[in-house]
Amino acid sequence: MEFKFDMEKNSSKITAFKNFLDEKKNTKGPLMPALQQAQEVFGYLPMEILEIISKTLQIPMAEIYGVATFYSQFSFIPQGENKISVCLGTACYVKGAQSILEEIESQLGIKSGFTTPDQKFSIASARCVGDCSIAPVILVNEDVYAKVKKSEIKNIINKYK
Amino acid sequence: MMTKERMDTIKETLKPKVLEKLLSEDKVELRGEDVVLKGDYYKKQVRIALKNCDIIDPTNIEEYIAFDGYYALYKSLTERKPGDIVDEIKNSLLRGRGGAGFPTGRKWDEAYKYEADKKYIICNADEGDPGAFMDRSILEKDPHSVLEGMALGGYAIGSDQGYIYVRAEYPMAVKRLEIALKQAREYGLLGNNIFGSGFNFDIELRLGSGAFVCGEGTALMESIEGRRGMPRPKLHRTAHVGLWGKPTIINNVETLANVPVIINRGYEWFRGIGTEESPGTKVFALVGKVENAGLVEVPMGMSLREIIFDIGGGAQDGKEYKAVQTGGPSGGCIPADLIDTPVDFESLGKIWSIMGSGGMVVMDENTCMVDIAKFFLDFSVEESCGKCVPCREGTKRMYEILDRITKGEGVDGDIERLEELSETVSSASLCGLGQTAPNPVITTLKYYRHEYEAHIHDKKCPAKSCKSLIKYFIEDTCIGCTRCAKACPVGCISGKVKELHVIDQSMCIKCGACYDVCPVKPIKAVSII
Repeated sequence: MEFKFDMEKNSSKITAFKNFLDEKKNTKGPLMPALQQAQEVFGYLPMEILEIISKTLQIPMAEIYGVATFYSQFSFIPQGENKISVCLGTACYVKGAQSILEEIESQLGIKSGFTTPDQKFSIASARCVGDCSIAPVILVNEDVYAKVKKSEIKNIINKYK
Repeated sequence: MMTKERMDTIKETLKPKVLEKLLSEDKVELRGEDVVLKGDYYKKQVRIALKNCDIIDPTNIEEYIAFDGYYALYKSLTERKPGDIVDEIKNSLLRGRGGAGFPTGRKWDEAYKYEADKKYIICNADEGDPGAFMDRSILEKDPHSVLEGMALGGYAIGSDQGYIYVRAEYPMAVKRLEIALKQAREYGLLGNNIFGSGFNFDIELRLGSGAFVCGEGTALMESIEGRRGMPRPKLHRTAHVGLWGKPTIINNVETLANVPVIINRGYEWFRGIGTEESPGTKVFALVGKVENAGLVEVPMGMSLREIIFDIGGGAQDGKEYKAVQTGGPSGGCIPADLIDTPVDFESLGKIWSIMGSGGMVVMDENTCMVDIAKFFLDFSVEESCGKCVPCREGTKRMYEILDRITKGEGVDGDIERLEELSETVSSASLCGLGQTAPNPVITTLKYYRHEYEAHIHDKKCPAKSCKSLIKYFIEDTCIGCTRCAKACPVGCISGKVKELHVIDQSMCIKCGACYDVCPVKPIKAVSII
């Protein structure tokens, strides 16, 4: 996925984050709190921010990368404002969930697991969500769409644009 | 600064008010001097770690003080030496409630005797076992009991800095802890010169980031230090060389919540509860297919029957009770015929399970034991940190074999392969996660070998739970209501109104929707074979 972290748009957040780092830099073991703060403030761990952490805390990027990949709560790509999950459980699958997923991918122009360049949408496939009787199911944020047809995808996406 | 007089004033003015309110709501009753929750569910319970839960307001430090909070700390700092506190805990025979049951006093003694310029005390609140939530409840409903326990531990071993490592998935617990820490500092119960005794102690909150293995002591320390949460080789005791190479005591939330009560009431009182080798109580999260799910705190040595049937009300929906799983991914399944086993560290060890952190998952006749073993192995595969090859690769291979068996593709020799892998993984892994990861397989093989054999040789799932090995079939009792045909997500049920319906087996995805909606009573027309 192509995306760029907008330093200008985030400048006030960055300043606040730098202050946070300055506060933490003399405490022991500041890396985890720093990464947690970055994840919370920016929604993911932008490379630019990791570089700031590296310089301020004097920790090599390689080490930061090692730590960030170990814990499941850290992400390296931004999540979309709207998260679409397509259930690929057995019931949904036989009812054509795969083609629903492909339709969503082609509508948004991204693959599952990625986020659109305008960061409006991200797509993920889900394990069975337990709604087999209304298959196929997709979730947009917390809204459940039942018995979804390929022809309806466009309208559903438009609701969130 | 906090003084005894100020605490006494708070207690005298606030306690009657709180008590009056609780009594008027008919929520509590008095058992001797103790205020306890009212109702059948609580009758057989003895609450020490949970004594304040649902009784006091956890966001108000004064209510904790009103119910004897911080008196143990006052008494210790002003009247007793650190060594006395260590001895009190040693004599109480309090054992770690996080799972392993190591004597807390002996741990403290190691750190107490070890000379160092800096020592740490850590509260392990990285509760990760699926189906366990006792630590979360204590942190959310009585956070000060943990803070007081930590301060007492700090005084005993000579530490002035504590850490609470709490998992990020518990946002409410984090919030309550933040409030509690702030209030404790404001009231001078944390910080410098507590009670004018010259003792300094403060606590810092650290959050996990979604790694189960960080519940392991040394992995947790690695995480606090800002590294990947991988366990360390056990060259030293952490009581000698722990966090940042300094003597460190790490105790579980529930263990720490017991400490102030023991100091207040004395070790003889504590030893009078529970069994000789495991005194006191244990909190269990009674969940799964049980009628009354929830937290129970009972004296050690109470039988599984009393916990599951007398308190829990037995299996749900009148189903037959089959087994109980204790100890999470490190524990084992205890079959129904061992229901009279007393619950303490020794007795559970003898029947190949463990006490663990206190998860108790009840299973009924419809639970497949191979599937349960697979569920826990899947968890261990996901959460293995990858440092030791036997754990990283072994759990994965074990999972694959179990997956194959539940799909009806098991072959001769699979059971033996599982046994061999269990042996390797448990003996050649560095930390508790790997050493105990095969336990769910070992115990289910021990007690339910016939279920494995039925899957492998007869291609049958006795519990009728494994999808690949069952068929849905409509019996002649079908009333032709058409509900199943409407519910079927793949449209493989055909039949006219008021006539027998038929499932096309070649299309059926075994989702069970037809079984769920079938209204025929008392035996559904849809059967599982």
